[in-house]
Amino acid sequence: MRATARVYWRLLRAGIRRQSAYRLAAFGGVAANATFGLLKVEVLFATVRAAGGELAGYDVGRMSTYIWLSQALLGSVNLTGRTDIAERIKDGRVAVDFLRPLDVQAAEITTEVGRALFALIPRGIPMLVIGLFVGMAQPGSVAAYPLGAVSLLLAIVISVATAYLVGVAGFWLVETHGVQVFYLVVSGFLAGLFVPIRLFPRWLWVAAQATPFPSMLAYPIDILAGRVGLAGALTLLAAQLAWLAGVGGLGQALTRAGRRHLEVQGG
Amino acid sequence: MAEGVTVRARLRPYRVVLAARASSQTVYRANFVLDLISSLLAAVVELAEVWVLFHAVTRLGGLEFHQILLVFGLADLAFSLADLAFGHCDNLPTYLRAGTLDVFYLRPQPLLLQLVTSDISLRRLARAAVGLAALGAGLAVNDVAWDVGGVALLVVALVSGCATFAAMFVLAGGLQFFLVDGAEMTSAFVYGGRYAATQPASVWSRPLQVVFGFFFPMAFTGFLPTLRLLDLPAPAWLPTWLGWCGPLAALWAWALALLCWHWGVRHYRGGGG
Amino acid sequence: MSAIVETAGLTREFTVRDGPRRRRLTAVDDLTVRIEPGEAVGYIGANGAGKSTTIKMLTGILVPTSGTVTTCGLRPVKDRRRLARQIGVVFGQRSQLWWDLPVRESFRILAAIHALPAAVERARTDELVERLEMADFLATPVRQLSLGQRMRAEVAAALLHAPRLVILDEPTIGLDVLSKQRLREFLIAMRRTDGTTLLLTTHDMGDVERLCDRVLVVDHGRLAYDGDLAGLGRTTGAERVLVVHLAAPSPDLIGIPAARHLSSEAHGLSQRLAFDAETTTAARVFAAVAERVEVLDFTVEEPDIEDVVRRIYAARR
Repeated sequence: MRATARVYWRLLRAGIRRQSAYRLAAFGGVAANATFGLLKVEVLFATVRAAGGELAGYDVGRMSTYIWLSQALLGSVNLTGRTDIAERIKDGRVAVDFLRPLDVQAAEITTEVGRALFALIPRGIPMLVIGLFVGMAQPGSVAAYPLGAVSLLLAIVISVATAYLVGVAGFWLVETHGVQVFYLVVSGFLAGLFVPIRLFPRWLWVAAQATPFPSMLAYPIDILAGRVGLAGALTLLAAQLAWLAGVGGLGQALTRAGRRHLEVQGG
Repeated sequence: MAEGVTVRARLRPYRVVLAARASSQTVYRANFVLDLISSLLAAVVELAEVWVLFHAVTRLGGLEFHQILLVFGLADLAFSLADLAFGHCDNLPTYLRAGTLDVFYLRPQPLLLQLVTSDISLRRLARAAVGLAALGAGLAVNDVAWDVGGVALLVVALVSGCATFAAMFVLAGGLQFFLVDGAEMTSAFVYGGRYAATQPASVWSRPLQVVFGFFFPMAFTGFLPTLRLLDLPAPAWLPTWLGWCGPLAALWAWALALLCWHWGVRHYRGGGG
Repeated sequence: MSAIVETAGLTREFTVRDGPRRRRLTAVDDLTVRIEPGEAVGYIGANGAGKSTTIKMLTGILVPTSGTVTTCGLRPVKDRRRLARQIGVVFGQRSQLWWDLPVRESFRILAAIHALPAAVERARTDELVERLEMADFLATPVRQLSLGQRMRAEVAAALLHAPRLVILDEPTIGLDVLSKQRLREFLIAMRRTDGTTLLLTTHDMGDVERLCDRVLVVDHGRLAYDGDLAGLGRTTGAERVLVVHLAAPSPDLIGIPAARHLSSEAHGLSQRLAFDAETTTAARVFAAVAERVEVLDFTVEEPDIEDVVRRIYAARR
């Protein structure tokens, strides 16, 4: 048990170390995300004001928190659908992964989560600093912080686990590029990246809820922005756990089926 | 006549490259169709983002959805066409890292022209179709004055909008010579610019009006011509006669772009690459 | 007749970031060289000695820090576009072909780029296809070619517009023996028929021996040797090595005239003898060995280019 934990700890650290090589890239990302953030501020603040100061539970302060937290998470939450595993399945290196005494899915997700957590430092913190200057609303209760932190971690893991599904589709599809681009296009929108899903018309909101995307961005932010109370936060966390179980279980099943498929096909 | 022949001969290298690039994209039909669909979907989602906001509040920055549709249509069509022709300037960091830009130096054409005509992404036609549909719908549902002035304004806005967005790609290219790994930075004004161009500029604060209204003249691609075309009240700082100034904006953008490109190339030849 | 390449005091410095500090690095240092039309010049040196920097300055990709350079009578940076019509360059690692298009299509595009008239294009393409034996893979997309096929296509692409000066950067790297041989034969024939000037960088002594009548060695950006190949051997004393495999174990072969015993393996079943190509021949050394013992097999090892360069470098310090 302890040995297993140590292996995953090392994978997590490897993911973190790999990321620190890209400082200039992170700086470029920060500049771009900050610009998009400022543009979102203008248009979303105007929307809140046009609605009379509050819209679907967001006042200007909460909207600000929403914007800057979502910008901060952009480098960590996988909204692109791109994964290493997709490449490794395509060129056959995944066969080597299956030889290791590790669960392929768990190892991949752990490495990616390590990368994502590290990205919070160069890409996330600058957004929060800008947010603090602009002014961000804080949640009503102190309990929202630990709940929000857990929710954030869950959001990252869910996004990584869902993107993993796109990758393992490659066991059966010759080319997963189409699936990946589809993921890229719909994930941001349904996660509430440009417009919070609460502002959607009801039918679209319900449709979004039927996908794992809101739990990758909108849920943790709603907890941390104080748009939902304690009970609401617990409901969102429960929903996230359910999604994690869902996409995680599906990923596990597909990995096993993929392995069998590989053995039958001979790689 | 003789001049016509030399111009044709001069354009031949570019035409041959583009024709080869275009036909190679349609060889794998299934992939191409998939690319078209994803490109279409991406543009639809961008329109949906605008629609959702206006659905929530009906009126934003003095505009209603049917009016912003015209802004979106103008700006997005212009962006899509520029993207179609200039979008692969985004590949420059890859060329720089791999050293493949050196190959362009060994050919007897100007560097920038070679880069621009080195590829064409036909899948972006799907995105242009969404812009065109939005523009068509915007023109149909609004009370547009179909006189000479109106048509001229529309044409001027579209052409100069295309030129302005194209300049953004070239400007980004020029900066890539310095950034290389930090290439993502330029999406702040290329793709951020596209996002800004489809918004009502009247909601922007002063600093943003300076940056995306004038320095990167995004308001000139959709918002200002729409104000003029629909005779809407002008926000402070942005009088409606500016709606006619798209060509000036494009000229400014190209001056900026060529200056940056020139700097970038000098930097590269100076060994900074 | 004027020189094809002429440099005077050509120097190129770079600023490199060394952690937080910046320092100046001189990649090419005061290089003065003249290459006449029709010459075939091997440009050799260790990695990072300044070879590709020189080539980039000759072709107009890089601006010199100081000094002058003219290529084909033109100033490379200022007259880049005119120069491009007169030179052909093959960068071993950077393809000028279109990855996803058939080879023939790449040639068609390059012909348009160099504005070749249709008749010239056809004649030149046919000639190159025949001489480089490319007919089998003309319709194959470049990405599916073997390395040897790709290299031949690259050389053809660089020669399509019949340039006066051909610069080859590591043309035979990674090629198998047969492909190397074929490419060298083509280049020799091309020089004979077209009188093309050839400048090549290489790590392969075989390239230099078969193709070049003049060698330039650079060391830390400075010209360390300029002369013919025989002179290079004399200067460095680089030796060739005869490896003999014997029928029976034998004591070390000491005392062979003009040869030096290097090592023995497997109780003397296999022995290595070094000799100076200036004073004797492989045949003479072999004959002397065969008088003493029964030889089953033998090979001759050429001096390694790295070794030659190392010796020149050592001699300068």
